[in-house]
This record gives sequence, structure tokens and C-alpha cells, in this order.
Amino acid sequence: MFGNQIGYYSLVLGLVSSIGIIPISLKNFNDNRKFDSRIFSISFLQFFFVLISFFGLVISFVVSDFSNETVYNNSHTTKPLFYKISGTWGNHEGSLLLWLLVLTFFIFLFLIQSKNQPKKYKILTLLFQQIIIIGFFLFVLNTSNPFNYLFPIPKEGLGLNPILQDPALAIHPPILYLGYVGSSIIFSSSLAAVVQKYVSKDWAKSIKFWILISWVFLTLGIMLGSIWAYYELGWGGFWFWDPVENISLMPWLSLTALLHCILVLEKRSSLSSWVIVLSISTFVLSMSGTFLVRSGILNSVHTFANDPERGIFILIFLFVLIFFSLIIFFLFHKETYGSNTKIFLLSKETSILLNNWFTMYFLSVVLIGTIYPIFLDVISSEKISVGPPFYNKLFLPFLVPFLIFMTIGSNLDWIRSEIKKIKKKIIILFVISLLISFLIFYKINSVSLTNSILFLAALYLFYFTIRDFLSKKFKNISQFISHFGFSLLVLSILLNSFFSTEVTTNLKVGERFDFQNGSIIFESIKKNNGLNYESVIGNFKIKDKKNKTTQLNPEVRIYNQPVTITSEADIKTSLYSDKFLVMNMVNKNEYFNIRYQVKPFMIWIWISGFIMAFGGIYNFMKRSNEK
Amino acid sequence: MKKFFFYFFLLFLFNFSLAHSIENKNILKNKISKNIRCLICQGQSIYDSQSDFAVSIKLVIDKKINEGFNEDEIYNYLKDQYGQWILYDPGFNEKTLVLWILPILLFLVGGAIILKKIVIKKL
Amino acid sequence: MRNKILLIFLFIFFVFCFFIFYKSINNTNSYKPNIKLGKILKNFDAIEFFSENEINSNEIFVDNKYYIINIWATWCAPCRKEHPKLIELSKKKSAKLIGINYKDNLKKAKKFIGEFGNPFSVILFDKKGILAIELGAYAIPETYIIDENKKILKKYLGALTNDNLKEINSILK
Repeated sequence: MFGNQIGYYSLVLGLVSSIGIIPISLKNFNDNRKFDSRIFSISFLQFFFVLISFFGLVISFVVSDFSNETVYNNSHTTKPLFYKISGTWGNHEGSLLLWLLVLTFFIFLFLIQSKNQPKKYKILTLLFQQIIIIGFFLFVLNTSNPFNYLFPIPKEGLGLNPILQDPALAIHPPILYLGYVGSSIIFSSSLAAVVQKYVSKDWAKSIKFWILISWVFLTLGIMLGSIWAYYELGWGGFWFWDPVENISLMPWLSLTALLHCILVLEKRSSLSSWVIVLSISTFVLSMSGTFLVRSGILNSVHTFANDPERGIFILIFLFVLIFFSLIIFFLFHKETYGSNTKIFLLSKETSILLNNWFTMYFLSVVLIGTIYPIFLDVISSEKISVGPPFYNKLFLPFLVPFLIFMTIGSNLDWIRSEIKKIKKKIIILFVISLLISFLIFYKINSVSLTNSILFLAALYLFYFTIRDFLSKKFKNISQFISHFGFSLLVLSILLNSFFSTEVTTNLKVGERFDFQNGSIIFESIKKNNGLNYESVIGNFKIKDKKNKTTQLNPEVRIYNQPVTITSEADIKTSLYSDKFLVMNMVNKNEYFNIRYQVKPFMIWIWISGFIMAFGGIYNFMKRSNEK
Repeated sequence: MKKFFFYFFLLFLFNFSLAHSIENKNILKNKISKNIRCLICQGQSIYDSQSDFAVSIKLVIDKKINEGFNEDEIYNYLKDQYGQWILYDPGFNEKTLVLWILPILLFLVGGAIILKKIVIKKL
Repeated sequence: MRNKILLIFLFIFFVFCFFIFYKSINNTNSYKPNIKLGKILKNFDAIEFFSENEINSNEIFVDNKYYIINIWATWCAPCRKEHPKLIELSKKKSAKLIGINYKDNLKKAKKFIGEFGNPFSVILFDKKGILAIELGAYAIPETYIIDENKKILKKYLGALTNDNLKEINSILK
């Protein structure tokens, strides 16, 4: 109960700090003195207040303080401690508190990290970030207070969805938010740089740090979400083009494009306008994502409970930010910096432009696919679904030329590559690859032919990435690591989707099911009791063609608060493939519905994702060593 | 003896092709199920869902496959019953024209912008 | 100049987006498939509830009246709630009530009917739910109002409310 007061007033104090920091910063902006260290202190204070508030909420969850409405709605005394803690951010109000925590922490970190940057630029970044921070404070305090009182105090909470009680999912939001919110710094500092006419090589160097942080965490966050979906949701898939998944993918695509562009800005002082556009759009996409998930517009497994009032607030907030950045951009930005820099066809800049071209295309596919049904519904009251068939059809043909370009592009030199032999080959290769992929895909409609072309392109990239790295004698390690990770990712996904097999059947205990590649024997059932659930564990023996056996023990869990039935798949992972068995109860029968899948190279999908992220991390370590 | 092997071989072929056609029917059923939305779930296909509706629809799909319907006919049947929303493929018609064309259009526009920027050295 | 045009265009575009999103927030999110009202019911086979024999729809849709098809089950709480309203409707001479027992336990369903009364002229037993799907239903309870030519006039999702009853009564006149 006391915790509620502390938590709430801490937030209020955090908001007050914003109001305090603004006049001091404005004064410091206009005067001739150095950066006012008080700004520094107040920024830390603001972070500190939010931190206290956040801890207050965590503690309320840990002690199951049901006088707090959020805790009551989302927790239960029988929940394991780890999930009580992670329940803090597994709900709307708590997750917003997490947003605030990272927002305030990152701006403080920014002030430290950019010590040597121009004063006015720093102050403007802070001020723009404060606009975002104040917006979130108002949102939380007005519509999504995590510290609402409940009286009389309930004895027990309403529990948390058992599907969310999973380790990967527990850390998925914080990591994802570090990525999303990191882009807020990019947003604020880009606008500040525009106003100060500071969009330059030096600025690029300093902002690269934040782009990397944001990118690494976003990559890891998306990976964790997919891993969770694979292990927890029981259908053996890891990406479903669900609107909420798309919402995390869009900022990632924008950020990846930005990451490549910032290199051009840094090395050749060109593409400054585009960098700013990307900086703005990445954060706008993050915010739009927040909006779409919490407003109830989207229909998805992931959405929070919908509440129109919250939706309208974020909508207005989001569009205020959009219009604000538009105005700043058009008022202050003058594309004079680097506009005379020529970009030659055979150069790294071109390949980065090509990367952006394709990445923006992929982004537009995801964006349009996600948003179009909303527009159509409002305009013509017709509801359509846009699912995997749409995304696959629009992505796959473009993936082939993209992979081929990635192979060629990463080798080209800055400014100009003079290799005459490659020039002809490149242009011919481009034309041919484009023609082939379109022709095959649309005319012949033969799945296996398309797949083999796709696979060929991925293999091409994979092979050349390794070969070039070895021959160049470790020139650019982080680029190699990330590109290698990406090519491995594409390869693993392709192999996995070509060669996955599955069988479904209904079995009761003692029965055996034979299929083309082996047999499944339902040996026995065991009943068990967990902390907040009852479970039925099935013991299965799987025999493959070579008579090798695998033991798999999937589980069906019946949770008590709220009453939910989930099935926990049993997965045997090896480097070569995953054996995936999930069972479901069939309407109070003695029969169980069994789905057995063999998924080759599954673990390589995760490994390659982490390799990709590691490339970014390596770049960090390299930079801090250089300092 | 030869007759025995002959009939055994026929039986084997029959069994193999039956198993193959059963597996083919299953493959088709799974392919279709992945494309159908579970109307009472929050964003799941009927392939992934174990809800009553999903189970029943899967049986209906089975029935239709056995009656000789092909994939498109089954989609059309379900679309007639439940509306376009049940299909995950938005289809290509006047309502979805913008949906499919717009990304391609943007791709071409992007290409044009880039072409302007690049100085193409004489080939 | 070009910049100004671009700015104005972007402005208008975003204002447009804003209004679309604003409107869509206020729309309800639950999906009601636009039942092609006016669709003619096709013939179907079903299992009769009491005799457990097969029966064809030709034998059911013989009278020259309205037909009310109601899909229900004992495990569905709203179905139990609307049962009294169905009893009321069964008293109307101008309509024939047809029940479809959906994915239920036959014994329990028979017991339920015995205890709470049978408003239906004929009940069909849809153990696997296939019949309901062929009607276009996806959740229960659902009630269809059908005219003598087997044309679907109206469809109600969820338990029948008093307003629904008023509407039905005015159709049946």
C-alpha cells in the first residue's frame, strides 16, 4: 500500500523534473557558458525517480500486493518468483513504465556519451527527448497508472496468462524495448542535428553508437520472440507475419537501412537527408507499433487489452511527433552538405543504396500488408486478412537479387572499384537474376524451381562471404560476422522450410502410428502437479527409418488461475534437426491429438540470428578498444 | 510362387500409392489449413488452433478433399460461407489492387530516384 | 518550391492517415461475417436426435412456414440462458423450430431437453460440427430465420435478446 504512494509520486516527481529541466536547458542554450552540469544532474534525477517507481512496482508484484490494481490483474500468489518479477512488464501499464525507464536512462547515457559534442546540439537533443518523455508521463499518469488503488483489497490476483510464463518471453520485452527506445535517441538527436546544421561526418560518427545499440537489441529482441513462439506456442513455427511481429520487424528494417547509410555519411559525407528521414521513420515506426498494439485496432495473439481512450491518446501523441519532425525537417534542413559528392556505379555507396532500396521495399511490403486491412475496413467496411501468402509472394522474388547484390556489394571499395572484369559480370548478373526470379515465380508457378533458385542465391552469398573474408585477411570483421550471420539465417530458413516434415494423428495410450519415415508409439501417461497447474505428460517413443529411437514427452497443462489449457511441446534439438512433438487433448476423450514434426537445421536459425547480432556487438568492442 | 510375388507386388504398389495419396491429401489439408483463419481465436490459423471451430473446419476440409474439391474450390467455398476474412491470402481483385501494386510501385520509384543519384561511368 | 509541394503532400497524407486510424479505434473489433442474407440453403444430410437415424433436409423443409434454426449445446452457457425464449418461440404457429445440437454429448443433451422442455419440431445431432459449418456458423449460439423457400432472412449471433425476439415476431407475422 505504501508502495503505491511511493511509486505514484515518484512518477509525478519525474514529470516535474522535465518541467524543471526545460528552462535551465533553454537558458544554457542561449548563453555563452559551457554545458550546464545541472542539466546533467536533473536528467539523472529524472531517471532515478522513474527507477524508484519501477522498483516499487516490481516489489509490489513480488509481495503480491493486491491493493495495486495492476498487480491484481496480472499476478497470482502461486506464480513462481521469476514470473512475478517479469509480470511487472508483461502488462500494459508496467510495460509503459519500462518505456519511461529506458527513455530516461538513455537520455542520461546520451549526455555522458556525447560529452565532446557541441553544447547546443546536446541541449536540443535533450529537449526533443523531453517532449517524448513528457508525452509518456502524461500518458501513464492519465490513462495507464500502474499504481491504482483497489479497495477492498482482494485476497488473490487474476493471474497471468500461462503462455507468458516462459524465460524467453520474460526477457523479450526489456530487450526489445531497449531497441525501440534506443531509436528515440536517434530521433531526437537527428532533429537536433538538423536544427543545428550539424548533420556531418562527426555527427555520423557519434550517432553510430546509438544506431548500433538500438539495432543489436532489436535484433536480439526479435530473435527471442521467435524462439519463444517456437518453443512455447506449440505449432513449430517461429514467424507468422502476425501484425505484432510485423510491428517489431518494421523498425528493424528501417534501422538496418540506417545502419548502412550512416556509414556512407561518415565516410563520404553524402546521403545526409536520407539519413535524417530514416532516423525519423525508425522511431515513428516504433511509436506506431506501440499505438497499434495498445489501441485494439489489430487482431492478434499478442495484443494487450484494448481501450479506445488510450488508443486516441497515443494516436494524437504519435501524429504530433510526426508533424513536429516534418516541420523541423522542412524548416531547417538544407541539403548542401555533401550534395556534390558523386556516387559512382561501382562503389560501396551504390551497394549501400541498393541495400536501402531493397530494404525499403521489404519495409513497404510489411507496412502496407499490416495497415491496408485497417484502411480498407474504415473506407469500405470490408474485412480482409493479409497473411503469409501475401508476404511470401512479395518477398521471395526480391530476395534472390538482394542476396546476390549483398554478395557483390560488400566487396566493393569506397568511391570506386576499378575492376573492369567484374563490371560486366555484375550488370549481366543483375539482369539475369532479376529476370530469372520473376519469370520463374510468376509463369512457371513451380514451387521447387523457385526454391532452388532462392537456395542457390543464398548459397552464393554464403560461399562468397566466407571466401572474401579469408582472402581479404580480416579487413572488416563486424561486417563479415553480421553478413555471414544473415546468409546463414537465410540458408537455414530455406533448408528448414524445404525439408520439414510432419504427421498428425489421434492416438490413445498403447497405440502405435506408422508413417512413411518411421513410427510413433504412445507408451504411457503420467500425471503431475506443478506450482500452479496440473499436468498430463505423455511418454512417446519415436522410431525413425533406421530404427533409432527418440523419447519425447510432451505435456498438457491445466492452469488454475485463470483456467487455461496449454500444451507444452517436447523438442529434441540437435545440430542437424529438431524433433518436435506436441499433443492436445481431444474433447474429454481418451484420445490425444499428436503432431510430430521433423525440422532440419532449426537451431541454426537461432545461432545465425545471434551471430548477426554479435557482429554489431563486436563493432562496439572494437570501438571502445580504439578509444 | 510367381503369382504370389506378383500379387504381393501389386499390393505393395497399391499400399505405397495409397499411403502416398493419403500423405498427399494430408499435405494438401495442412497446406489449406495454414491458409485459413480461426474465426474465434486471436490471430491463429486453423492449422495451429485446437478450438472447436478449427477442429470442425478441418473435418469439413477433409470431407471436401475426399469429395474431389481442389484447393481453390475449397477456398471459394469457405469464402462464400464466411467472407474473405477467413482466408489469409487477400486475393487479387479490385479491392486489393492497391495492396499488391503499391509496394511494387514504390520499388520502381525508389529505383528511379537512385538511378538519378548514381553517375554511371561509360561502360 | 518542390520542397513545399512535398511538405504539403506529406501533410495531407498524414492527416488522412490520422482520420483513418481515429475512426478505426472507435469501430468495434469483433468480426461478423456478412452473411449473405438471401442465400438459399442447400440440401444436407443429418442425424436425427432421438432416433439417431439419417434424415435429409428435404424431409424437414416441407411445411409452408418460416423455419428457425438454432444451434445449441449443453456446454454453452448462453444457449441455456436463451432456452426459455426458444420455448416461447415454439408456440408460434407460423414457424417451425429446428435445433442443431453442436458437438455435444447425446445423453447429456437428451437429459437437458427432458428437463427443460423441447422447443424444437426436429433436432439434428451434429457431433463433429460439420453441419454447423455448412450453414456458415462459427460460434454458438446462433439462430437463423429462414423463409418457406429456404432463403436465409436473418442471422443472430449469441443468445437471443428481447430485441431480437421482437424483430423475429414481426418477421413471422
